[in-house]
Amino acid sequence: MTSSVLLSATTFIYGIAGFLYCFAWVFKKPGAGRLASWVTLGGLAGNTAGFILRWVESYRMGFGHAPLSNLYESLIFFAWTIALIYLFIEWRYQNRVIGAFSAPLAFLTMAYASLSPNISDRIQPLIPALKSNWLIAHVITCFIGYGAFAVAFGVSIMYLLKSRRGEGEGGLVGRFPPTAVLDELTHQLGMFGFLFLSAGIITGAVWANSAWGRYWGWDPKETWSLITWFIYATLLHARMMRGWRGRRIAWLSIVGFGAVLFTYFGVNLLPGLHSYQSMGQ
Amino acid sequence: MSSLKASNGVVDAIWKLLASIQLTIVLLMSLAGTSIIGTLIPQNSEPAAYVAAFGETLFRFFSVLGLFDMYHSWWFQILIVLLAANVVVCSADRLSAGRRILFVRQPAYQAARFRSLPDREAFTEERGPEILRALYEPYVSRKARAVHIETTEDGFRMFGENGRWTRFGVYAVHLSVVLLLIGGLIGSIFGFDGFVTIPEGDTVQQISLRSTGERLRLPFAIRCDDFDVSFYETGAPKEFRSSLTLLENGRPVLQKEIIVNDPLRYQGISIFQSSYGTVPSREAVLSFTSRGTGMVYTQEMKVGQEAHLPENLGTFVLAELRHQTQFKGHPVGDAFIGRLTTPDGTAQEVVLPIRFPTFDRMRRGEVVIAVDQFKEKHYTGLQVNKDPGVDVVYSGFILMILGCYVTFFRSHQQVCVEAVRKGSGALVTIYGTANKNKASMQRRIQRLAIALKEMK
Repeated sequence: MTSSVLLSATTFIYGIAGFLYCFAWVFKKPGAGRLASWVTLGGLAGNTAGFILRWVESYRMGFGHAPLSNLYESLIFFAWTIALIYLFIEWRYQNRVIGAFSAPLAFLTMAYASLSPNISDRIQPLIPALKSNWLIAHVITCFIGYGAFAVAFGVSIMYLLKSRRGEGEGGLVGRFPPTAVLDELTHQLGMFGFLFLSAGIITGAVWANSAWGRYWGWDPKETWSLITWFIYATLLHARMMRGWRGRRIAWLSIVGFGAVLFTYFGVNLLPGLHSYQSMGQ
Repeated sequence: MSSLKASNGVVDAIWKLLASIQLTIVLLMSLAGTSIIGTLIPQNSEPAAYVAAFGETLFRFFSVLGLFDMYHSWWFQILIVLLAANVVVCSADRLSAGRRILFVRQPAYQAARFRSLPDREAFTEERGPEILRALYEPYVSRKARAVHIETTEDGFRMFGENGRWTRFGVYAVHLSVVLLLIGGLIGSIFGFDGFVTIPEGDTVQQISLRSTGERLRLPFAIRCDDFDVSFYETGAPKEFRSSLTLLENGRPVLQKEIIVNDPLRYQGISIFQSSYGTVPSREAVLSFTSRGTGMVYTQEMKVGQEAHLPENLGTFVLAELRHQTQFKGHPVGDAFIGRLTTPDGTAQEVVLPIRFPTFDRMRRGEVVIAVDQFKEKHYTGLQVNKDPGVDVVYSGFILMILGCYVTFFRSHQQVCVEAVRKGSGALVTIYGTANKNKASMQRRIQRLAIALKEMK
């Protein structure tokens, strides 16, 4: 079995998990929800195994390196962080409706990596600039942050849907956790993501200083990560110091995730040093 | 505002503005919004490229706004300075307002405040308050700091706290931001950012600065002893490696091979492997084929050297190496140019394109000259930097991560254990409060209740 096969299967498993979470939510079937949790856990296991296998395969090809070096590999890891963070939230808050808004994100990430004709899943040797131990620290911290922001994005969407209706109202939205819980969860995930985004930017800066002799160069990718940082800093200050709650925080979290996506994908359309991450590679 | 009450109304208003969190939000959003511009307009390109892209009018307008180097423009710098002032003033203001919470050894616990808290846990004990007090005191003293016990009419109250220091986390984060800016400032004032290319075997002491293009003389010379580039089977570059020797007054002081991600540092100056390329060397092995005898004579020559050819064919001077040579209007690439003087004294120019060894046959001379061996040399492209602000920036980095962790995930917690006599036993109530993450406080109180109940 190759890592590609395993990771394709993982895509499929995350898809099933997303479907089961939605099914359990829409038709009020707790049994399907419990199954969804196990399926997600299975997906996470497949994702982990695929990641490790890819690492092993790269050694067999004679230029071993952690599978965190191009767009395909980072998407695989992104899906992994989303699934892991979501499962942790599910366990902490004992609520599976959030799964209907998180598992599909993991599925879409994997599906984009596997199916997009622009993304090569070939294992490539590292170019000189990427040969650094900071690569692993940088990518892992960034994507844990991005994973938290992705789940926060799903929770914020839920908040906005729910806040348009009354708190006690039934129906699909009525099965969401209370708005206060969703709001608190956005805040918690925002803090967690901000810590890791900061660590990601910092490890990137230290790495840039050892590779190019400058820790900050206003390269578009760096700048966009800073823009993302500014947005989440705004969210945290507004909430903690100005007592912003609810819709405004939810919108900031959605805008912040938009900035994450642009930092991740959009910047490849702009010129800069991070262009090795571009689609065709 | 509390301590620094300025008599001057203007100073007061400025202080008030800089201490406001609204300003923080406006500044953060402005920085986020304006930073986008510089990622859409390529920075520091040639003016001609901008004129071509935007047209003359828009080019002038953008120039005035500094959009072509916007992260160093006056208005962007003002935003950053305002943010720094905002961070400092807010922190000073809050430190001063919260000094009674932050800087006390023994906090004044108030029972009434704990009684009004929602988080509590109560249980009844068969043992009386006196026994419980003796049991609880060592445990609470071990688990909490600043423990205070007061005797009440029908029992006791025991107060304790943990994590008062975590209230400083946010100031650590703010200080880290200031450190990053100070470090950046130190680097831009006392540092430099330069570039140099050195052909293999050559020594240089001057570099070009990236910002101005000026030349800068280093306190030492750099010699490139060797450069190597290796490739993967796919054709992608695998490694760039330069062997460098640093020389002071002509004496070698340091030798190191550098690769990307492994720079050389000396006297606060760092040298990074940045790029490479090839330069034609000024040496070649030339072949001279006599048309008359068919004999081939080879000779190694340097530019400027003169050779007397055998068979009385004349003298040949290797005059120069000319890049991108044109021969009768046709480009022939890099070529050596020589002067051939025949015994009868007529001199003519001979063009020897490196890529076309048989080119000189066209001249139909008595001797056919060709470039037999020609070795290209590599040059290494080095980034040469000095940034004395890096240590300050790095300490800012560490402080930021620690500060964020403490600010977000650690809290200042206080508990109050109250025991009131009830018959022969007692009613024990535990109250708790935390400055953040209040949800986990309830769990902590429950755990404390379980621990106290189990005490023998």
